[in-house]
Amino acid sequence: MSASPPYLQVEGLRRDFDLSRAALLRALTGEPRRILRAVDGVDFAIPRGETFGLVGESGSGKSTLAKMIVGLLPPSAGRTLIDGLDLAAPPSTAARRALRRRIQMVFQDPYASLNPRWRVGAIIAEPIGAFQLRAGRAAIAARVRELLELVGLSAADARKYPHEFSGGQRQRIAIARALASEAEFLVCDEPTSALDVSIQAQILNLLRDLQARLGITYLLITHNLAVVRFLSTRIGVMYLGRLVEIADGEALFAAPRHPYSRMLLDATPDLAMTGRGRLRIGGEPPNPLAPPAGCGFHPRCPRAQPRCRIEAPALRNGVACHDPLGAGDSVGAAR
Amino acid sequence: MTGPLLEVRDLVVDFQTRRGKLRALDGVSFSLARGETLGMVGESGAGKSLAGSAIVGLVDPPGRIAGGEIRLDGERIDRLSEAQMRAVRGRRIGIVFQDPLTSLDPLMRVGDQLVETLRAHLGLSPARARERAIAWLAEVGVAAAEQRIDSYPHEFSGGMRQRVVIALALCAEPELVIADEPTTALDVSVQAQIVDLLKTLSRRHGAAVLLITHDMGVIAEAADRVAVMYAGRIVEIGPVRDIVQAPRHPYARGLMAAIPSLHARPDRLAQMPGAMPRLSALPAGCAFAPRCPDVLGRCATERPGLELSGERGIACWRESSR
Amino acid sequence: MAPSPAGPTWRERLADNDLLASFLASPLTVAAGIVTLSALAAALGAPVLAPFDPYNPATNFLADSLTPPRFADGGDPRFLLGTDDQGRDMFSAILFGLRLSLAIGAGGVALAAALGVTLGLIAGYAGGWTDALLMRIADVQLTFPAILIALLLDGVAHAVLKASHAQGSAFGVLVLAIGLSFWVQYARTVRAATRVEKNRDYVQAARLIGLGPLRILARHILPNVLGPVLVLATVNLALAILTEATLSFLGVGLPPTEPSLGALVRIGQNFLFSGEWWIVTFPSATLATLILAVNILGDWLRVALNPRLK
Repeated sequence: MSASPPYLQVEGLRRDFDLSRAALLRALTGEPRRILRAVDGVDFAIPRGETFGLVGESGSGKSTLAKMIVGLLPPSAGRTLIDGLDLAAPPSTAARRALRRRIQMVFQDPYASLNPRWRVGAIIAEPIGAFQLRAGRAAIAARVRELLELVGLSAADARKYPHEFSGGQRQRIAIARALASEAEFLVCDEPTSALDVSIQAQILNLLRDLQARLGITYLLITHNLAVVRFLSTRIGVMYLGRLVEIADGEALFAAPRHPYSRMLLDATPDLAMTGRGRLRIGGEPPNPLAPPAGCGFHPRCPRAQPRCRIEAPALRNGVACHDPLGAGDSVGAAR
Repeated sequence: MTGPLLEVRDLVVDFQTRRGKLRALDGVSFSLARGETLGMVGESGAGKSLAGSAIVGLVDPPGRIAGGEIRLDGERIDRLSEAQMRAVRGRRIGIVFQDPLTSLDPLMRVGDQLVETLRAHLGLSPARARERAIAWLAEVGVAAAEQRIDSYPHEFSGGMRQRVVIALALCAEPELVIADEPTTALDVSVQAQIVDLLKTLSRRHGAAVLLITHDMGVIAEAADRVAVMYAGRIVEIGPVRDIVQAPRHPYARGLMAAIPSLHARPDRLAQMPGAMPRLSALPAGCAFAPRCPDVLGRCATERPGLELSGERGIACWRESSR
Repeated sequence: MAPSPAGPTWRERLADNDLLASFLASPLTVAAGIVTLSALAAALGAPVLAPFDPYNPATNFLADSLTPPRFADGGDPRFLLGTDDQGRDMFSAILFGLRLSLAIGAGGVALAAALGVTLGLIAGYAGGWTDALLMRIADVQLTFPAILIALLLDGVAHAVLKASHAQGSAFGVLVLAIGLSFWVQYARTVRAATRVEKNRDYVQAARLIGLGPLRILARHILPNVLGPVLVLATVNLALAILTEATLSFLGVGLPPTEPSLGALVRIGQNFLFSGEWWIVTFPSATLATLILAVNILGDWLRVALNPRLK
């Protein structure tokens, strides 16, 4: 890890959603408020030019976290610092603009992330115009052509509409749009989950190449462990809105310390067919509306101790567990 | 009982559109033995789901079966009337679809759906059917089955719903279960459970399974044999271990190489150029020829047939003995 | 057919167009299209096509009033469809009346659409109190039928404007009345569609570029919610023409010297049973045919633009 200050710093981010019914109805029925705590105090940092992978299943809060980092959702608590600047509290409107330009997002669904009524050229040109990065139609058109070629499409594609392209190609267009603002930081929310395996390989390679060429920093959100392994230098595992483990990719996959990480790894199919057979995680991802007390994982954890039911473990040395796994430990039989 | 349970020979499915006729399945042949699990793997548009739909007679117009035969236990089922097909579906062939939310009737209690199926296909009395339904729910791992039987689908989580769907597919004791992307909509930890359940139950009740998915991992776990599909054709078929570890067809090789691994971090993933051709623009000869790293002259003009040698079959001129 | 590498030409796009194909597939729809286009052409070309000017009392043939159509007994070769009690040539009156009906109908629908779409976009995007307020206003609006609004506006116009101006304001009153009665459907449809589009990723992407809500609404969301609006407008047009006819029939709105089709029907109704059948028949037939044609078009559009019915 570099010694310079991290490019992205996330401090204590929390996000609550108020799902209570209208105040009047509640007064009549005596119902309590229903608050969904989607993200419960997350801290991590990403050095410049690296990729941080955030892994989790449904209800883990990873998408909500991504939206907060990128500024689409205001946090209920905590803040995000990008190159030392806080998006929510910029020194001036111009500074906020400048910061906006540097962060962009690639969305999961290539069929919903491009406006179906706009031509591809206009879609990619929009950020260029919005941030005034080029002057004049000719210059903008030239830049659009450049970007299309950068992501492996042809300049002639600018005249077409999104529905004329396949899922993989649309994702390339989405990446081109994200790069059009000359962003340095890209949040990729499940960028390949909707794509076939062979197309996924192309897009992942593209992302890797772009990082090598342009020095972009990535925050990768995914549920696919193999994808996160390929792209990330460091990985954070989320469960019920909290980070339960952070480690370098190598270390996490060789010796996971949190029981959930270990079981997630074991639940991923083994194509090497070593005959390992998966260890089953019992139960299902819990309902974030009614999280278990203490450590959120304890109902499914074979190593749960009485302490786990009462006290939620803090993230210490990269793992949030009262009894983390050592190098040779086995997890024990699943419930 | 000799002979395969399911035999599909030269199945052809066409779609009649304004722009002409599209051939979505072009001479697909395979067989399934009793109690065996055959995986059908391929990317979107390869035709694997269509093959499953064709077997149960659920190809919607403008699609139609334009050729070939489908035999279940020796009898042809591709020419049956809708009424006859209905008797086959459920009783002899159970179906598990991808999205449990839409395969269960949201307005009917879960127990009622099971009972309806049991009574329709096995002719049980209401009381016996209910007993059997509770037993099935317990067998698929729904805790407190006696209470949950009266719940509605939306009261279950995704994984639980899929368990109910599996119960529904198996309760009439079919000989064949067709599972179309049964785990795709589920979380990884739940996927493992569902794959397990399908394997265990099919073995226990002696049902053969046609497992259709794009997820090679699921195939590696659950299938005995696998057929790899590309542009409406089977390009390679054989025992799972062989295909996964030593694929011979260039597409199958490319597909396996493109899957990122948990154990290593290469600089690049092996990628295949281009994409699967659209049905409206299928090349003459071998459909994979334009992308094939090992292409020969005849690949562009002649289409290779699926040649079987022992347990393996491959449709490739390079591997052909002719 | 693989599209050319430079993207499909407009000819290819047209040939491939589902909308056009579905239009041409149904003879009824094509017939309706032809009728509507003819009506439009007739209305636009009325000054040229009409042999006489029915709105100038000076040129009316009082002496020749109540003449039957040319092809009937006692007809006059000058008057294709006969004359009414004021001596107006029916054919000319129908052409000009068509013009008025279409203009008022289209004007009313345009106003309703503009108002409704704008309010719907705002309500859908803003949500919260703004949405609730606008929707309650819409609900209240729905309790007032077009006729009541027209009467109200007419009365106000007469009271506020001088007598000479009041005559000319009839057009405006009618357009306003129709617009104010019909905007709610547009607002509701657009609001629902906006609420869906608002959460889609391409809108989030626009927010990430720092675009303000107004620009997002106008440039991103509006094009995607216009589909149902088009269908509504077509169906509404028929209703608007009918409403105008009703209002004119009731005597509200246009002065008797400038009758629309509806007014002609009113006039003619008095003479139906005394034997002068042509005064009511031809305007009614024209009205009915036009409304039917527009309705059929609206129906086709609704089916054609609905992805789920495909």
